[in-house]
Parts: sequence; C-alpha cells; structure tokens
Amino acid sequence: MSVPGAWYLGLAAMLFSIGAVGLLIRRNVLIMFMCVELMLNAVNLTFVTYARMLNDIGGQVVVFFVLVVAAAEVVVGLAIIVSIFRRRADATADDISLLKG
Amino acid sequence: MDWVVFVVAGAAVLAGALGVILSTHPVHSALMLVMTLFGVAVLFVAQQAHFLAAVQIIVYAGAIVVLFLFVIMLLGVDRSENVSSEPLVGQRPVAYLAGIGVIAAIFLLARTAWVSGAASVAGAADGPGSNVEKLARSLFTRYLLAFEMTSVLLVIAVVGAVVLARHSPSGGVRGSEDAG
Repeated sequence: MSVPGAWYLGLAAMLFSIGAVGLLIRRNVLIMFMCVELMLNAVNLTFVTYARMLNDIGGQVVVFFVLVVAAAEVVVGLAIIVSIFRRRADATADDISLLKG
Repeated sequence: MDWVVFVVAGAAVLAGALGVILSTHPVHSALMLVMTLFGVAVLFVAQQAHFLAAVQIIVYAGAIVVLFLFVIMLLGVDRSENVSSEPLVGQRPVAYLAGIGVIAAIFLLARTAWVSGAASVAGAADGPGSNVEKLARSLFTRYLLAFEMTSVLLVIAVVGAVVLARHSPSGGVRGSEDAG
C-alpha cells in the first residue's frame, strides 16, 4: 500500500517552515540562500505529490520549470553576493546597507 | 516497503534541513543541503517522477550545491560563525513564532480546503509509457511557449551573472570604487 499524499504534503509543509525559519534566524547571506532552496524544494515536493494525487502530469512540468528558475536565480544571486563581498569582507545581511543614505 | 522508503527519506530531508539552518559552518550547511536534496529525490522516485529525480540530483546536487561550495571557497568564508549573537533584539523568538504560524496555517488549510480540481487536465501521470515520455509530450506541446521562455530566462541569467561578476580593472562605467 502506497503512502497517502497527505503525508507527503505534511512533510513538505514542515520542510517549508524550516526553510522559512532559517531565512529569518540566520544572517549569513549564503545560508539564507540555501534556505530559499529548501523552500523551493518543499514546493516542488508538493507539486509532485499533487501530480500523483490528481493523476496529472502538469504538476511535474511545473517542477521542471521551477528547477530552471532556481538554477537561474542561484547564478544571479551568487554573482550579486560575490560583488558585495568584493566591497566588504563580511557576509552578514546586516552589513548590506549600502543603499542606506 | 513504501512506508519504509517514505520514513527514511523524510527523516533525511528533515534532518538535512535542520542541519542547514543550525550548522555554524557554511560548508557543513551546504553538505546538509545535499542530504535534503537527495531525500527529496528519493521521494520523487517514490511518486513515479523518475525524470525529475534525476534532474534534481544533476542540477541541484551536481550544479547548485557545487556553485555554493565554490563561492564559499572563493570568498574564503569557510569559518565558523557566531550564530547565537542577536543584533536585532527579539528576532529569534519572532522567527520561531513565524515558523510555527506558517506550519499551523498550512495544516489548517489542509484540513478545511482540499483538492477539488479536475483530474488530468494536462495529461495522465500514470498509464502506458514512461515518465520521461509523458513529461516530454506535455512539455513540447501544451507548455511549449513556457519552455521556450525558459531559454530566454537562462540567457538573461547568464548575461546578468557575467555583468555582475565582471571586474573592471580600469574602473570603467561601474565598479569605479572597487578596491580589488
């Protein structure tokens, strides 16, 4: 007997919450980025679970697009982090106040 | 058997996620992230999403985490961080409260509202044929425009990364304040 979809959805909800909490409590920009990846993965798991529950391949197609967007986001985000690091050698989000007047 | 797979993979996912947010060392966080990604890939396989499981390993574990580790090493921030300091007073309890609020809201929604959509709008997920075949058929017919748009997105991302990471030694248009 296969595992009901509700269990997968509960697991994805917990993974999403852990990612959200990590994004709020950590100050290292790289770790915050990893927490965003955790949240994206939680949503991907939800999509795949619904694809199975509703017997619809569309959920898996959406996950494919999310993977592409996540890859693009990481590339641009890490480029921004590298260019911030060039200016100042500390990686906490509190230090990124360059736009403050 | 399915339950064994689910429990083991789910435990790996949650342990890895907690490891990401609790490790003081960025490299440890990245490796814990790999554990979570592998667990999610196993859960994909358990739900007949074989192609996505393979892509998950190749793209996430193979490219994104390596990119993270590369940046960690490039910037030389592979040292432990004091995670207990709290410059913003009360940030941590509020964050935990927000996390509990998020999970409570999701479970509350799951109890009251449940899936009611029509099944198989974009094609059946089971039935004859492999998972790759069905995914490809949907991707290259119904979602062809979106698929083409992702190529545009990737080109934009590559150009943006090059522009952001370029180091102009002569102090050109941008980066005139770059110390080095």
